[in-house]
Amino acid sequence: MSGIMIATVVLAVIGIVVGVSLVSVGRKFHVDTDPRVTEIRDCLPGNNCGACGYAGCDAMAEAIAAGKAPVSGCPVGGAPAAEQIGKIMGVDADAEERKIAFVRCKGSCDVTKERGEYVGIHDCRAAVLSGISIWECDYGCVGFGSCVSVCPADAIHVENGVAIVDRKKCIGCGLCAKACPKHLIELIPESRTQAVRCSNHDKGRAVRNVCNAGCIGCGLCVRQCAYDAIHVDGNLAHIDYAKCELCGKCDDKCPAHIIADLREGN
Amino acid sequence: MSRTIKGGIHPPEHKELSENASPRVYEAEGELIYPLSQHIGRPAKPVVKKGDHVLVGQKIADADGFVSACICSSCSGIVKAVEKRRTNAGTYGECIVIDNDGQFTEAPDYGREVSCDDLTNEEIIGKIRDAGIIGMGGAGFPTAVKLMPKDPGAIRHVIVNGAECEPYITCDDQLMRTRAADIVEGLQIVMRLFPHAEGVILIEDNKPEAIAAMTAAAAGQEHVRVVVARTKYPQGGEKSVISLVTGIYTKVSELPAEAGCIVDNVATILAIRNAVRFSKPLVRRMVTVTGDAVKTPSNLIVRIGTNAEELVAAAGGIREGVTLEKALFGGPMMGVAVADLSVPIQKGSNALTLLAHDEAMDAQREMTACIRCGRCARVCPMGLVPEMMAEAVERKDYESYEKKFYGLECIQCGSCTFICPAKRPLTQLFKIAKAEIMAKAAKKPVPSGKEDK
Repeated sequence: MSGIMIATVVLAVIGIVVGVSLVSVGRKFHVDTDPRVTEIRDCLPGNNCGACGYAGCDAMAEAIAAGKAPVSGCPVGGAPAAEQIGKIMGVDADAEERKIAFVRCKGSCDVTKERGEYVGIHDCRAAVLSGISIWECDYGCVGFGSCVSVCPADAIHVENGVAIVDRKKCIGCGLCAKACPKHLIELIPESRTQAVRCSNHDKGRAVRNVCNAGCIGCGLCVRQCAYDAIHVDGNLAHIDYAKCELCGKCDDKCPAHIIADLREGN
Repeated sequence: MSRTIKGGIHPPEHKELSENASPRVYEAEGELIYPLSQHIGRPAKPVVKKGDHVLVGQKIADADGFVSACICSSCSGIVKAVEKRRTNAGTYGECIVIDNDGQFTEAPDYGREVSCDDLTNEEIIGKIRDAGIIGMGGAGFPTAVKLMPKDPGAIRHVIVNGAECEPYITCDDQLMRTRAADIVEGLQIVMRLFPHAEGVILIEDNKPEAIAAMTAAAAGQEHVRVVVARTKYPQGGEKSVISLVTGIYTKVSELPAEAGCIVDNVATILAIRNAVRFSKPLVRRMVTVTGDAVKTPSNLIVRIGTNAEELVAAAGGIREGVTLEKALFGGPMMGVAVADLSVPIQKGSNALTLLAHDEAMDAQREMTACIRCGRCARVCPMGLVPEMMAEAVERKDYESYEKKFYGLECIQCGSCTFICPAKRPLTQLFKIAKAEIMAKAAKKPVPSGKEDK
């Protein structure tokens, strides 16, 4: 027998043994995967931003398929994604409207003054932890851009000392809202275009002392509103987005011009 | 060879500015402000309202819960308001404001002498609690809580912390020089609560007069000794003090009582003596007003709640020809910078350091990348590796920071930042990391932001 025959036979035997054992092991330890995971994964945006609270879109898809997360759990995909996923999962997607980040502060360098000079890490959290109040207003935007550094969509920028959201680019993941140490960023429904750009709860005069653009709680907006959608609570105007009919009268009357009309594009 | 701690640094002391300035009493002129949260724990609850007339030593805010401390008025006058005022933490906090009538009329019981032998241990602790005494070295932990460990018999050492390792500050030094006998009396009162404890007075060797005064006062007293340590920062930190006296290293999560120790600052011990023996609540403290921007650096005995601006004026104001670049509550290592001085002196305010030159600004300008020299690890009193910790924080890897590098053990003493030749803001990074980890631990570990439907 020639050497080549021996080699062929040995290899063939090894091949058969390995093949048979692989098939039998594969059958014995078979794990049922949910085919829906892949389908759900295809519906998700794929940013892997982590805004849902899971490690990424794959982890989120698994969690939805396992019923651990709601079908509307992806804030970026919003209603369309939730609807598609709802079809796959066979449930009604009572998804909320897509949301967009909004910074409740208008305190740019022109309207408020610097109080203390901060030296250290260029990060809002670090600055707030240092205890130094950099701006006259204790409630306002610090302006070091902790929100900018976490934004996966390049949709928020610090301009003239205050963060501004690019509504076209914002994917509504809410990471900036979590990063802001002053809790200034709010996610508001896309269709809601009136929002209060101030977070100062102090009394009128105290606000005026620290910022020219702050809400003084005068209540003019409340009197304008025909739909009972705006109220002054703790010296600060609040809009009830469910009631607001977007007439824009509050905005026209506000002496401090802090009610933003987002229709004009910021 | 005197003993000292592992690690640590020796920054320029600058104590010569005020160490020989004899204490002066300064009486507040303007309104006095009492922040409700001067201590660790729940803020105190006001028991007076606008328009009430109060006397010196009268309780104006009561402790809210077990870990809290009451506040007593340090002047007589009318309560002007209970409102938000700026405090030395930089932000607004709820404060009681009293319009000082300048008479300083004392409450009936104030200053009544009591013999210690007539009091039970519970009464002593009760008096300390009612005096609103908190740790006066800066941390502000309510002292009455500290003096009630689970097993008083297990306490072996009552340590009077007179290390005062922070540069510039000299108020504890002056207290030990001028009130040595009273401090030993205070120590004896605390030792009465712990039957098996010996009293240890810890002083650094840069304060020879204080050592001499305390040694003389402690002579002939049973179970009291003075321990001299080589000058080093952060030797006055609680963990360092304990390891120095007992040789036991405690973790940040462990209380001193677990190592059989009670550690109190000299000012706290003196306040305990005044409260127990003379029924005087904590209404005054010594504050060092120092720094190269001050005309006459002084050690002032002031009423708590006094506006810091008044103190600067009492110390001669700002020197001619210099501008005040940086104002710190506390010393340059652990102190908190303030943007304006119109804030009140609190129970834990040991010094006001006014500097004509802001070195932190230079440091930021000169900052470079880490050169891996390892000096930070050599000086860390907790035996950590700040370089690796900082790297973990910079890549937001808080898990490694906590589990791999034991970052929560950091006491934020600033030694690593001080020694770093690359001028990296190490301590600040650790501050962020600790805040992040604490915030995460406080929240429930639910991965989804929304409730499951």
